Amino acid sequence: MQGAYEKIPVLKIGDFLITSIQVALHDRLALGLQDDILAKIQETNAKGLIIDVTAIDVLDSFITRVLVEIAKMANIMGVKTVLVGMQPAIAITLVEFGMELTGIQTALNLEKGLELIEKIVREEQE
Amino acid sequence: MSNSEETIPIKDEYDIVAARSAGKTISSKCGFGLVDQTRISTAISELARNILVYAVTGTVYIREVDATGKHGIEVVAEDHGPGIVNLDLAMTDGHTTGGGLGAGLPGTKRLMDEFEIVTAVGEGTTVTVRKWV
Repeated sequence: MQGAYEKIPVLKIGDFLITSIQVALHDRLALGLQDDILAKIQETNAKGLIIDVTAIDVLDSFITRVLVEIAKMANIMGVKTVLVGMQPAIAITLVEFGMELTGIQTALNLEKGLELIEKIVREEQE
Repeated sequence: MSNSEETIPIKDEYDIVAARSAGKTISSKCGFGLVDQTRISTAISELARNILVYAVTGTVYIREVDATGKHGIEVVAEDHGPGIVNLDLAMTDGHTTGGGLGAGLPGTKRLMDEFEIVTAVGEGTTVTVRKWV
């Protein structure tokens, strides 16, 4: 079966989980990522999640909804999400299309995303 | 150089990926810039998804087209599904019967230059969109 062995790695670094989407996302892969992230949150007690979308060249409404839902679910589990690396062409298309990334913090790149998530988690703990 | 044309049968989610990647290839060949390529691929992804969600199967045709003094891309998404009962409502932002965002058709229209829809209850739906370079 096509896609049966595909998986997007979710890595733990310190208090954070980082996942970088490097392949064309189809629905099952996106939903699989959602399950993997939630399992990893429980397993690792992570405090923050960074999703890197630098390599994504098209974000349709389904995938966008999955990303928003991942952030919502992670939030319910006490984990804040930052989306990093949004391509300008995708940002333009998302806004024109009318898709909203409600409840997701974003940062320009991985480095800025790490700074942001550290700040968010620090403020939460204070 | 002859005009590119691709026919993508839509029957599962992998076909959506195939359709949008064909859209990317053909729109790039047409001479569209990166932002327009992204708009076109996103529109194709939405149209292909509508087929899958509402009609289960259908076909997406993507081709380079020439009109008087202009060159561009045409995408036809055709299905023989249930058709759209209330087209005005389907074209309204925020309305959905398929569990999506409800931005599919109006959003797709905003991303393209031309948008035509023909639908008949019990017969199916054909959406034609075009964008000019």
